[in-house]
Amino acid sequence: MKDNAESYVTKDGRTIGPVVMEMKNITLRFGGVEAIKDISFDIREGEIRAIIGPNGAGKSSMLNVISGFYVPQDGEVWYKGARRPSMKPFEVAQQGIARTFQNIALFEGMTVLDNVMTGRLTHMKSGMLSQMMWRGAAEREEIENREIAEKIIDFLEIQAIRKTPVARLPYGLKKRVELARALAAEPSLLLLDEPMAGMNVEEKEDMSRFILDVNDEFGTTIALIEHDMGVVMDLSDRVVVMDYGKKIGDGTPHEVRNNQEVIDAYLGVAHD
Amino acid sequence: MALIQCPAGQPASVPALLHRNAKQFANAPAYREKEYGIWQSWTWSQTRDEVEALALGFLELGLKEGDFVSVIGRNRPYLYWAMMAAEMCGAVPVPLYQDANAEEMAYVMNHCGARFAVVGDQEQVDKILDIQGQLPEFERMIYLDPRGLRKYDPATLDQYTSVQEMGRKNRDKHIKELEARQAKLDYDSTGVMLYTSGTTGKPKGVVLSNRNVIETAKSSSEFDKLRQTDEILAYLPMAWVGDFIFSVGQALWTGFCTNCPESAETMHVDLREIGPTYYFAPPRVFETQLTNVMIRMEDASRFKKKLFDYYMAVARKVGPAILDGKDVSFGDKLKYRLGELFIYGPLKNTLGFSRVRVGYTAGEAIGPEIFDFYRSLGINLKQLYGQTEATVFITAQPDGQVRSDTVGITCPGVELKIADNGEVFYRSPGVFVEYYKNPESTADTKDAEGWVATGDAGFVEPDTGHLRIIDRAKDVGKMADGSLFAPKYVENKLKFFPNILEVVVFGNGKDECTAFINIDLTAVGNWAERNNIGYASYQELARHPQVMDTIQSHVEEVNKSVAQDEMLSGCQVHRFVVLHKELDADDGELTRTRKVRRRIIEEKYHDIITALYDGSPQVSTETEVTYEDGRKGSIKATLEVRSAKVMPVAHKMAAQ
Repeated sequence: MKDNAESYVTKDGRTIGPVVMEMKNITLRFGGVEAIKDISFDIREGEIRAIIGPNGAGKSSMLNVISGFYVPQDGEVWYKGARRPSMKPFEVAQQGIARTFQNIALFEGMTVLDNVMTGRLTHMKSGMLSQMMWRGAAEREEIENREIAEKIIDFLEIQAIRKTPVARLPYGLKKRVELARALAAEPSLLLLDEPMAGMNVEEKEDMSRFILDVNDEFGTTIALIEHDMGVVMDLSDRVVVMDYGKKIGDGTPHEVRNNQEVIDAYLGVAHD
Repeated sequence: MALIQCPAGQPASVPALLHRNAKQFANAPAYREKEYGIWQSWTWSQTRDEVEALALGFLELGLKEGDFVSVIGRNRPYLYWAMMAAEMCGAVPVPLYQDANAEEMAYVMNHCGARFAVVGDQEQVDKILDIQGQLPEFERMIYLDPRGLRKYDPATLDQYTSVQEMGRKNRDKHIKELEARQAKLDYDSTGVMLYTSGTTGKPKGVVLSNRNVIETAKSSSEFDKLRQTDEILAYLPMAWVGDFIFSVGQALWTGFCTNCPESAETMHVDLREIGPTYYFAPPRVFETQLTNVMIRMEDASRFKKKLFDYYMAVARKVGPAILDGKDVSFGDKLKYRLGELFIYGPLKNTLGFSRVRVGYTAGEAIGPEIFDFYRSLGINLKQLYGQTEATVFITAQPDGQVRSDTVGITCPGVELKIADNGEVFYRSPGVFVEYYKNPESTADTKDAEGWVATGDAGFVEPDTGHLRIIDRAKDVGKMADGSLFAPKYVENKLKFFPNILEVVVFGNGKDECTAFINIDLTAVGNWAERNNIGYASYQELARHPQVMDTIQSHVEEVNKSVAQDEMLSGCQVHRFVVLHKELDADDGELTRTRKVRRRIIEEKYHDIITALYDGSPQVSTETEVTYEDGRKGSIKATLEVRSAKVMPVAHKMAAQ
């Protein structure tokens, strides 16, 4: 594992910066159930960090802790060098963290463009009155935000469905629209909850391409949860492996793949 | 034939026309492209400035006179400008098909020895980097879309905008040279080089001079009374001669505006937004649109469906006559007016054809029903016949003389001659200069007097002067009993059925004809959906007994109509298979312009052809397929061989 403070350059020429987010000894309980037990790991600037594990391992809970949806009973979340107090999700979003959901959470009746525009909400500053009057700041802001939304639509190649209501789209495209909305917030940290669940091979390849492109083009730090081992190993710089709420592995895909505990958790272990 | 000289005072080259337009139509829109959801437009004077900046940048990069510049990508104003900028520098633009694979690109770029390439995006950059080792003369690549290219080695790569920037910065240094080079351009200098797709053999580089381009643009614009205020949508491959003539030649000559869609997928939305007044599409596009309309009408409410059916019947009855300006009864006129209000108007608007004044289809025969459908709506759809070697136009249908079975009368300045074997020859100001580095082929195609062999067999109707094309001359053959074999004739009749996408008919030198058939997945898939027939793949649907029955009924219907033609009654299809895969340009079975390559198909599927003739009820086969990314795979299938009823040949029977 690389030293904390130093940046380094990956084999494909991307610069991975210092740690931006650090989870220290996180424990999360629901009643008596311990979903996450004393887990620590960090996320570096510019990297693609995967969290993997079998069903019920606590991956989504972990992501919800990062996004501020759950407040852990124990442990500390450090973000950009400071300890983060417990926050509401919208406050976390204002800090530059955006996410997508395992079960798509788009506004089904709205068009793709409108959905993407909602991702710009945290950047809109004009007051309600100004927005109602549609003069000055509000109008200017709308134009600026539309421009950013359109660049993202172009980037994710969804121009053809710009004006289509989301409800009419197939699943794979909805996932892409959700990614577009998250990107519209111009996050510094992007959380993806199973971005490839339920997709066919071609859609998975497309999505992988987009994730890599986002990371490459915008330098966005990405933390993702994924079931598909092949995809994870190809995409990520480092991988955290969870099982029953505990961390059982952490390192490069290569290190994780050869970790005996991980192999046992995934393939099962013979009991004599 | 003496070559036409440039009239005094008229611009003699493509760049000269651009300069003229920049003065004459300075503030009129020249190019538009939808980007980031908004139509961005450039006036003629802005276009001239953009092109000039790029040309100056080319000079800074060391582009020499006579160099070749490959241009590869989807239709974008920037790429059209790159072609014009190359011409300004005295270099020759060579547009390539953007879906060409690396191997095809390597051949063409090697053949012309391109030193520069202007490409659209990372995909094209990657392809050229792959083949760079095979291109000793190749030096620099200029790309448009920087996405994904940040980490590429900048030594041989430049961004389009930075080349323009470089040009603007070094304007003083190069402007004299650029002006001098432009001054040298005349009617005889090369305007563009286009590679023919080649149904046989390797692609050939067709050299077209400024004379070819400008004379053709001039006469064809006059023929159709094109105006400066016209709008076209540029969406067909830039490597195809038609696109060059419409979007560069005619656009420059008349000064109309060329609109580029946002992406291939948004083409139909963009078409609707622009509402072009001058429109071109191959029959396939019209066919697909009609199929989509019909499919959607099937799902419409009963009232709407009834209204549609009623007024479409009215349109079929009187629409074409009204379009041709013939007299129809007052009642019919009134009904047609109402139809326009209720059905035709909204439908044309949805299709993006509300403003079409001149529409053309060419490249393949168009089904009479399809053709009549559009004409009955009041869309002035016409046919033309042309080829790269003629700078497109050989014959075209004038307004008021439009029929689905001819390709029209000779265009202004064109002479026609039919050889003894039926092959069509022409001579015109558009006749190409030569095939690049291929004097034998040039001599084979063009004789000393300037007559060019089209390779198509046809005849001129004596009473109307319209040309009718039967088939490719080399595909026309004889059956074993000596009767005429014209596969295309039968194939076209079959392809007019919406369920059938592609057909290949065999039978040269044999006793009877047989056929390969590709189903149309959209049409047949929709039929399956409505009839609750489940299928997992193209292959499974193609094999379904009910689909086979439907196709068989189509074949038998065609046999009936073929039997009525004395000359061609021998071409009835006796046995056929529905193929397990779509014929594809990636597998070399079609050209990039989607023409069937018979010889390759014959070789590749020889086992199936054998089965068609030896009477076996089915045939097992394994076929290699190439995926878009160049990987190869194979599919196995067992195909059912069906026999179709054939009609007795009336004339012959009587004679015996």
